[in-house]
Amino acid sequence: MAKAKTNGAVAKKLIGLADVVIDAANRSKDPTLAIPIRALSNVSFNPRKGLIELGAKKQARAFFNVGMAKKFMQTILVADALSELQRSDLTTSLREIYYRTKHTIKDSHENTFDTQDESDPVIEDLEVSLAALREELHVRAENGGSVVGPLVLEDDGDRVDCAKLGKGGYSVPSIVEPGYVDIRRCTADFVLLVEKGTQWNRLSEDKFWKRYNCVLLTGNGQPPRGVRRLARRLHEEYTLPVYVLVDNDPWGYYIYSVVKQGSINLAFESQRMAIPKAKFVGLSSADPERYGLPRNVGIKLNEKDVTRAKELLNYEWFKKPAWQTEIKRMISSGLKYELDALANKDFQYLTKKYLPKKLTEKDWLD
Amino acid sequence: MANAAPAVTAVEMGARQREISVSEFFTKNRHLLGFDNPRKALLTCVKEAVDNALDASEEAGILPDILVKLEVVPEGNATSSASQATRFRITVTDNGPGIVKQQIPRIFAKLLYGSKFHRLRMSRGQQGIGISAAGMYGQLTTGKPVKIISRTSARTAAHYFEVQIDTKKNEPRILESKQGEWAQPRGTQVTLEVEGRYQKGRASVDEYLEQTIIANPHVQLTYVTPEEETKIYSRTHTELPPQPKEIKPHPYGIEFGMFLKMLHDTKSHSLVGFLASDFCRVSPAVAQEMCKAAKLLPAVRPHALHGHPAEMLYKTIQTTKIMAPPTNCLAPIGEQAILSGLYQQIKGEFYTAVSRPPAVYRGNPFIIEAGLAYGNRPEGGTAEPKPAAQPLAEGEVRQEDEDSELARVIRYANRVPLLYQQSACSTFKAVLDTKWKNYGIAQSRGALPSGPMVIFVHMASVWVPFTSESKEAIADYDEIRKEITLALRECGRRLGIFLRRRERAEGEYRRRNIFELYIEEVAEACNRLKDGKLKVEKLKAQLQKIAKSRTGGQKTDETLGKAGSGPEGLPHSIIVTPEGVEGEGAVGARVPVPTKPAPGAQAELFEEKSGRGQPEKKSAKTPAIAQAKKRKK
Repeated sequence: MAKAKTNGAVAKKLIGLADVVIDAANRSKDPTLAIPIRALSNVSFNPRKGLIELGAKKQARAFFNVGMAKKFMQTILVADALSELQRSDLTTSLREIYYRTKHTIKDSHENTFDTQDESDPVIEDLEVSLAALREELHVRAENGGSVVGPLVLEDDGDRVDCAKLGKGGYSVPSIVEPGYVDIRRCTADFVLLVEKGTQWNRLSEDKFWKRYNCVLLTGNGQPPRGVRRLARRLHEEYTLPVYVLVDNDPWGYYIYSVVKQGSINLAFESQRMAIPKAKFVGLSSADPERYGLPRNVGIKLNEKDVTRAKELLNYEWFKKPAWQTEIKRMISSGLKYELDALANKDFQYLTKKYLPKKLTEKDWLD
Repeated sequence: MANAAPAVTAVEMGARQREISVSEFFTKNRHLLGFDNPRKALLTCVKEAVDNALDASEEAGILPDILVKLEVVPEGNATSSASQATRFRITVTDNGPGIVKQQIPRIFAKLLYGSKFHRLRMSRGQQGIGISAAGMYGQLTTGKPVKIISRTSARTAAHYFEVQIDTKKNEPRILESKQGEWAQPRGTQVTLEVEGRYQKGRASVDEYLEQTIIANPHVQLTYVTPEEETKIYSRTHTELPPQPKEIKPHPYGIEFGMFLKMLHDTKSHSLVGFLASDFCRVSPAVAQEMCKAAKLLPAVRPHALHGHPAEMLYKTIQTTKIMAPPTNCLAPIGEQAILSGLYQQIKGEFYTAVSRPPAVYRGNPFIIEAGLAYGNRPEGGTAEPKPAAQPLAEGEVRQEDEDSELARVIRYANRVPLLYQQSACSTFKAVLDTKWKNYGIAQSRGALPSGPMVIFVHMASVWVPFTSESKEAIADYDEIRKEITLALRECGRRLGIFLRRRERAEGEYRRRNIFELYIEEVAEACNRLKDGKLKVEKLKAQLQKIAKSRTGGQKTDETLGKAGSGPEGLPHSIIVTPEGVEGEGAVGARVPVPTKPAPGAQAELFEEKSGRGQPEKKSAKTPAIAQAKKRKK
């Protein structure tokens, strides 16, 4: 078991929450926590840094307010559970925290938490308001990604050579901070982050990484923190360019933007997660024409897609003319394309034609 | 033409044409009178007999005492059970004024014979079809005559009749007539034998009688069911409804044909005299004015008026400003009596009643009354404690005892319950139209409001406009609908106030309650965060003190029962709590009030308040409400 990075500061911050309650009680005041708001209204795009940053808006969470009392109680309970992790030096999952803190309140039929949907946001609230990272709180996310390529890691004292793990690769843990996972060696020229596991499998099977000397990463959809953090570390510590390959739909665009400048919900983590120099290699709405994809392998945009695309057009970080053209072209074509659609031309079209052409022509969006 | 069947000549056709008697017509069209199927027919027969009995007693100023008896008539040798039987004997006995000997056959065996059609006065029956039609139905289905015993006073003998209708002539045929002794000093007893079906539930005889009692709390009713069970509905209101006065027609309500007939039939010799004496609200001065406007001589003989001039006069009258008809021809049930009726027959927590001021449609005065009974009063007046609930697993939802039943509408016209054709009725449409959501009651689009609720609507009028002869639904006149809507809104508004107050008090209580629960959790968690070195009890006490000062603490318990004249300031309403009944005192006294004091903390509050000189009844009541609500959650 990896030695959880003990951080006395975080433990103190957690105990500080109890002091908020005790102090307020001593002064006959309503105990109140200030929680930064995690919503579009409280994030701003910093064009100089190329990051989404969290604003200063905070929400007061008061105990003696009918609407907030339960949330307040839950926050203190989660803080207690997190503090327990600190003391016993264990890491845990979001779901375990939910189970750990769930019980029926004495003399009532009421549960402290009814579903995990109630405890997850509380944990995020604490991350933001205590300015502590999730791994500093000893909370793991799911292992949601894979990596192959000329990369050697050290995990729990084991040497992991990602070039010798067959086509399955190494499963990226949710915490990849130095101390948990160390990068011993990396000889790749770039990192390719693929949205879909299926296409990552294609590339891995075709040994694309060998021919083009790259690290292949996937997050199976929206990449989890571990994957994003690993890409960021490779980008930062080994100065590797990062290319992102996603489906051509609004969700693909958004995945790219999260990798590049961070997400709205976790804007406070942009600082160490975002890769402002990441490039969007495809699928672009221009690709179907350029690569001769027939119209019949497209999928009609549904109402939700169109609404989402129009939202993206309004995001500060999609205001670049090239991006406006890109998104508007998709809306006007009325179609979206999956990466898998490339198989229409040839099973190995992605490996042998599409990516090589893209990379040599430097046909990407910034 | 050449190949067609031999044509019928006009002479032959003429030979086939003959008069159709009313009785024959109704024999063929009995559904028009409410005899569509055996179940409904049984109800209609009971209804006609009871309506007549009540009308007669009330008109004679006698508090009605009615006996309704349904018996299964054995077929062949086998006696079938009540639900299987197809033949019934209906006996309705009243303590009314009785009927004079000569009239008995015609009242019971001649259609369209009666005292009610030709006058404008509020009564249950209107046309004089009812009881004779019931008799005819019996005659048609079982061949048995109608049997009548009637006695007008203790000093005279009782008359016994067996009569049938001669359907061709619409005349009574007397099968038996004799004088004799009768146990009752006065009254009438009708016995019909009819084909029918007895089934409980919606639109049953049982429901009809129950609803009759709600709108007629001055009636004492004994009902012997076909299952030989005796139900006694005691009189709960000892005042007879005021005698409605008979009025003359109002010029606005008259149709042209009727107007012509009145012109022809009048005893007056001049037009002015006719107008002033045959209509209500037409003074000689107004009559003069009308004649002038219609360019007719006031002295012209009414009999001489035909065609165009008559039409002109009719039109002029419709545009002349005339006072609304007098309303002493109406006898509304009254708010107190409605409350009393609802309270006795329907279990609820909140009752209210509204009588609208009189209004007019087509020249006919009418009054709309509405009432509401809301809530689930637990049997016996006290809430039984609920079994302790298990903790909920994820995805499980606690079953709230609030079911999504729809409200029930009970409709009346001149105190007679209307059981069929609900959706065609103006009252029902008005209930749907009312925005119950405004009063805190759920309602889906185009549906009845949902909740444990009974909505009572009564229309009293000299002439209730039914949609059919079987008197099942009130026609949808704008004026009527408007009045119903206004009455319902007032009821809804009071209910809304009641519900909001309940909820607010409950909400406050819950608030303090959740804080108490959460304080435990928060204090314990803080203690664990502090490594168990905290003075937990002190923290809890501090937090509880803050909670109390923040939520109004004890004031919560006082928010109820403080204002106004009626219970909680609501006029003409009754509120039932586990502790007792409030409002319309006379009614409240009948309910047993549990004497067990509220336990624990509630008892303390009670003492504190009485110490401050609060009226004891109210302060004792409120904590118990909160307590009851808590159990419910």
